[in-house]
Amino acid sequence: MSSAESGLVRPGFGAGLADVFRSRFLLRLLVSKELKVRYRGSVLGLLWSYVKPGVQFVVFYVALGLFLGLERGMQNYAVYLFSGIVLINFFSEALANAARSIVNNGGLIKKIYLPRELFPVASVWVSAVHFVPQMAVLLLGCFMAGWHPSLLQLVAAVAGFLVVGMLAIGLGLFFGSANVYFRDSENFVDMLLMLATWASPVMYSWPMVRNQLGDVGFAIYQTNPLTIGVEAFHYAFWYPTTDGTAAVPPNLLALWIPVGLVVSAVILFLGQLTFRRLEGRFAQEL
Amino acid sequence: MTNAVEIRNIDKQFVLRHTRSIKEAIVWLAKGRKGDLSEKFYALSDVSIDIEQGDTVALLGFNGSGKSTLLKHISGVMLPDSGTVHTRGRVAGLIEVGAGFHPDLSGRDNVFLNGAILGMSEAQINERFDSIIEFAEIGQFIDTEVKFYSSGMYLRLAFSVAVHTDPEVFLVDEILAVGDEPFQRKCIDKIKELAGEGKTLVVVSHDLDLVSRICQRGILLEQGKVRFDGPIDAAVARLRGDG
Repeated sequence: MSSAESGLVRPGFGAGLADVFRSRFLLRLLVSKELKVRYRGSVLGLLWSYVKPGVQFVVFYVALGLFLGLERGMQNYAVYLFSGIVLINFFSEALANAARSIVNNGGLIKKIYLPRELFPVASVWVSAVHFVPQMAVLLLGCFMAGWHPSLLQLVAAVAGFLVVGMLAIGLGLFFGSANVYFRDSENFVDMLLMLATWASPVMYSWPMVRNQLGDVGFAIYQTNPLTIGVEAFHYAFWYPTTDGTAAVPPNLLALWIPVGLVVSAVILFLGQLTFRRLEGRFAQEL
Repeated sequence: MTNAVEIRNIDKQFVLRHTRSIKEAIVWLAKGRKGDLSEKFYALSDVSIDIEQGDTVALLGFNGSGKSTLLKHISGVMLPDSGTVHTRGRVAGLIEVGAGFHPDLSGRDNVFLNGAILGMSEAQINERFDSIIEFAEIGQFIDTEVKFYSSGMYLRLAFSVAVHTDPEVFLVDEILAVGDEPFQRKCIDKIKELAGEGKTLVVVSHDLDLVSRICQRGILLEQGKVRFDGPIDAAVARLRGDG
C-alpha cells in the first residue's frame, strides 16, 4: 500500500498531548486570548482575580474560624485556610473550564483540524495564570505570619501543584470529551467540584478525619490526589509559620506525595486515552 | 506525478436522530435492543479519489450530496467509518473563513491567532504580516477590535490570513463570495495564482461558471457517491443536464 511511502499522512490522527507540545505557539495564543477576553469591559479587570478569592477567604474565615471556633484550636488558621483554598480554586476553575472547553470551541473544532487537546490544556493553563495573584496574596499572609520555609517545603509545594495540575488536565480531557456526547458531564463536574472542597482538609484539619475514619479509612482518604496537594501546600505555607508543634500527616513526603504524583499521572493517561477514543466523532456530534 | 491526496473506499454514516433521553434508551433495552436506537444514512459511500499534486479539482453536486463532508475528511476534521484517507504535505482550508476569529480581539491579535490555528509558525506570521494586512486592505484598523469591523473588512482579513498560510493542498469551501466585487476578483486572481504555482486545489462551490474558470477537473457527487470524475466542462454539463 502507498501508506508506506514517505510523506503520506493520515489527516485527523494526531499524537495527543505530544501535539500540544508541538503547537506551543498556538497554545500560548489561546491562553492569552482567554486572559484578554476574561475581564473585557470591566473596570476592575485583573483585580477581580484578587477580589473574588479575598471575599471568599473572609467569609470562610469569619464563619469557620470565628463562629465555629476553629481559630482557637489552631495556630494561624487564616493561613491554613487560605493555602488550601487557593489550590482548590485553581483546581475548580481549571476543571470546570476544561470540561466545557471542547463544546465551547465547537465552532472551530467542526471546521478546522487542530490538536483538540489544546483546549482543555489551555483552560488549565489559564487557571494557573489566575492562580498567580492568589499565590501572591497567600505569600503576603505567610510573611506577615513569620514564614520561614525550608527548601524541602518549597519542593513539596511545587509537587503539590503538579499533582493537582495533572489531575485537572486528566479529568478535563475525560469530562471535556464526554461532554460532547452527554452534556450531563459538565453538571457532574460541577457536583464533583462542590465535593472537592470538603473531601480534602481545607476547612478542617486531617487529624479530625483520622479520628473519625480510623487508619484504614484515613489511608483511603489520603489517596485522593487533591488531598495530597492540599496537605503539601499546608506543609509548605502554613507549617513554617507555626511553632512546629502541629502534626504533619504521617509519611507525607516519603509516601503520599509520590502516591499523589502516580495517581495523577495515571488519571492523566486514562483521560488522554478516553479523549483519543472519543475525538474521532467530535466534528459530527458537536 | 505523485498523489497529494489518496482517498480509498471511504464510508461515512451520519445519525439522523439522536436519542438522548433515558426513557427512550430503557424502552429500547427492554425491547431486547431491537432495531437501531437512531436512524442513519450514508453521507459518503465507497468514495475513492486520487488527486495528483498540482491538480485543480472542483467537487460538484447539489446540497447534501456530501461535498463538504468529503472536504472535512481531507482536512482531518472528520474520520471515515471505513476506508482510508492519506494526504501529502500541509493541508489548509479556506473553510468558512473567520472560524477562528474572536470578536473582542484586535485585528492584529486575530491574525496571529488565526494564522496559528491554520498551522503557521510564529516566524512565518511575522514574516507575512505586512503582506496579510496589505492584501486585506485593512490599513489603520489593524489594532481595532474586529467586532467593530464591517462585515466586508472582517471577511477580507480572514481570507487574507488563509491565503497566506501557503500549504501544499488548499481546500476551498464556498468562500469566493467574499466582500465587494473588486475584492472578489482579487481573491479569485489569488486562487488562480496559487493554482498556477502548482498548488493542489480542492474547491467546493455552487458557482459553476467560477469553478469552470479555476478548475480543470470536476468530480460530481450524488448522495455520497461519485457519479462522474473527469474534465470540468463535462462535469458541469452533466450537473446542469441532471438539474
